[in-house]
Amino acid sequence: MNMSPETIAQYKGVYVFAQQVDNQVSGIAYELLGKAKELAEPLKTDVTAVLIGSGVKGLADDLAAYGADKVIVVDDPELKEYRTEPYAHALASVINEYKPEIMLVGATAIGRDLGPTVSARVATGLTADCTVLEIGDFPLQPIPGKEDEQLHNQLLMTRPAFGGNTIATIACPYNRPQMATVRPGVMQKIEPKKGAKAEVIEFNPGFTPNNRYVEIKEVVKAVSDIKDIMDAKILVSGGRGVGSPENFKILEDLAAAIGGQVSCSRAVVDSGWKPKEMQVGQTGKTVRPNVYFAIGISGAIQHVAGMEESDIIIAINKDEDAPIFDVADFGIVGDLNKIVPKLTEEIKAAVAAK
Amino acid sequence: MKVVVCIKQVPDTKGGVKFNPDGTLDRGAMLAIMNPDDKAGLEAALRLKDQYGAHVTVLTMGLPKASDVLREALAMGADDAVLVTDRVLGGADTWATSTTLAGALRNLEYDLIITGRQAIDGDTAQVGPQIAEHLGIPVISYAQEIKIDGDKVIVKRQYDDRYHMLEAKMPCLITALSELNDPRYMTPGGIFDAVKADITTWGRADLKDVEDGNLGLNGSPTKIAKASDKVRKGAGEKVVPDSPEDAVSYIVGKLKEKHVI
Repeated sequence: MNMSPETIAQYKGVYVFAQQVDNQVSGIAYELLGKAKELAEPLKTDVTAVLIGSGVKGLADDLAAYGADKVIVVDDPELKEYRTEPYAHALASVINEYKPEIMLVGATAIGRDLGPTVSARVATGLTADCTVLEIGDFPLQPIPGKEDEQLHNQLLMTRPAFGGNTIATIACPYNRPQMATVRPGVMQKIEPKKGAKAEVIEFNPGFTPNNRYVEIKEVVKAVSDIKDIMDAKILVSGGRGVGSPENFKILEDLAAAIGGQVSCSRAVVDSGWKPKEMQVGQTGKTVRPNVYFAIGISGAIQHVAGMEESDIIIAINKDEDAPIFDVADFGIVGDLNKIVPKLTEEIKAAVAAK
Repeated sequence: MKVVVCIKQVPDTKGGVKFNPDGTLDRGAMLAIMNPDDKAGLEAALRLKDQYGAHVTVLTMGLPKASDVLREALAMGADDAVLVTDRVLGGADTWATSTTLAGALRNLEYDLIITGRQAIDGDTAQVGPQIAEHLGIPVISYAQEIKIDGDKVIVKRQYDDRYHMLEAKMPCLITALSELNDPRYMTPGGIFDAVKADITTWGRADLKDVEDGNLGLNGSPTKIAKASDKVRKGAGEKVVPDSPEDAVSYIVGKLKEKHVI
């Protein structure tokens, strides 16, 4: 299935799938643009956002502000809500027409459906849920006697596997585009440049419904006033050790005192104490706040995978051997029911004294 | 109605992760289990069997010992099992895995194909949608509920902040979330029959309409440049305070030191 070097040379530019939902750009799109800009520099190329939807052209300026040099807009009534087939047709058609060397997609509930479908359609590799992307050589070290076979300017995609126990760095040396889905919350957005303009290209490959178009019978949005935990600077996170949904009150009080938000572990969501959108970890959200309180969280590897990049991790757990202490900067062995309310009072006093 | 469920044998990473003295993953010491999302997919298929008399075939690709999960599926109530195993299929990435499974599925009749959303070893969630693409059928990922209405399937599809009720004409591929249901246990009679059951075994030659260049390690567009065990940040300080007051003054001290408060 390998492409010839001549064919590969035709593929240029770093492209980002600019996910939008309800005609609002998703945060992941800006994160990908930030990373794309970094990758484009050593490749001496530019950054293109692919914007797919219905009535979305007006979002191009937002994408320009976050680093897109060009915006390819695929606008069609069939693309109003996300559905696999018309979106895959749109993105695969853009790839076939414009031939990007790198195509980044967010590892969201949309991107993890769109990415594999598109990669199979354009017959290239796809690396899932990447946490590090960089430009480098493949193989990493030249093979003695075959130095000239080492390929340069390759996308090296690093991702965790085995529930976060191992990491692998993967390349896609003989096919284009090099495609990756990227975990939300891992890459950094740039400071938006107000008034930035991108070159806007409108492209419509035509949409003819076939057997692969599914029908949306109903859209049910979760009604929620919970702020996104991925944006929080301080998270007060509780696990099964908190004991009951009612007892989360002491965590909420602490969060209010210190200006943070409450999040939780998978066990808490599985017990029905808190909604899924508050879940940190491999099957929840990846967070990197300034301070992460892990309270009554044992620290299963799947949880740690979602919070270990936090600047300061403070763990409170009565089990001295809890694995959370292996990643905590400051670990306190003790009873959370006694410590947390007192901590809240002390912090209130400290804040008031300022 | 015919349903094929794609299942995978995976090492149990939940709670049972074992390390060698040098810090590498000790795969030999870890239990091999049926991937949880796949098991939910199988349960969904078995409920279609209970409700509509669907015929349920389970399909896996792997080493010969992967037949263990096929027998488990038979003991839960699946009707037939197919193992695809061949040395030339080894080292496959998701592209080559999906071309292989698509090659096997072309030999089978199906109205529905169900896969798990993702396997707990690779966590990619790619193989299901890629199979659908190779077969030219619709895919509905992240299924929370599955209902049948004549020749259509109605699926509750989960997104980050919403769900869609989707209707697709069969044949269709669905990827199942482990939240979909609680899988049933094997029955004693089922286990007894499953031990003796015939498992259809296919090799490379049995795959339909697949080129060699799309199979195994050589047919995998993604290549591993480096693999290593994750280096973690490592533990910081751990204290066992004498009283809650001591604990609080320790934490407040650290928060002040780091200019958080």
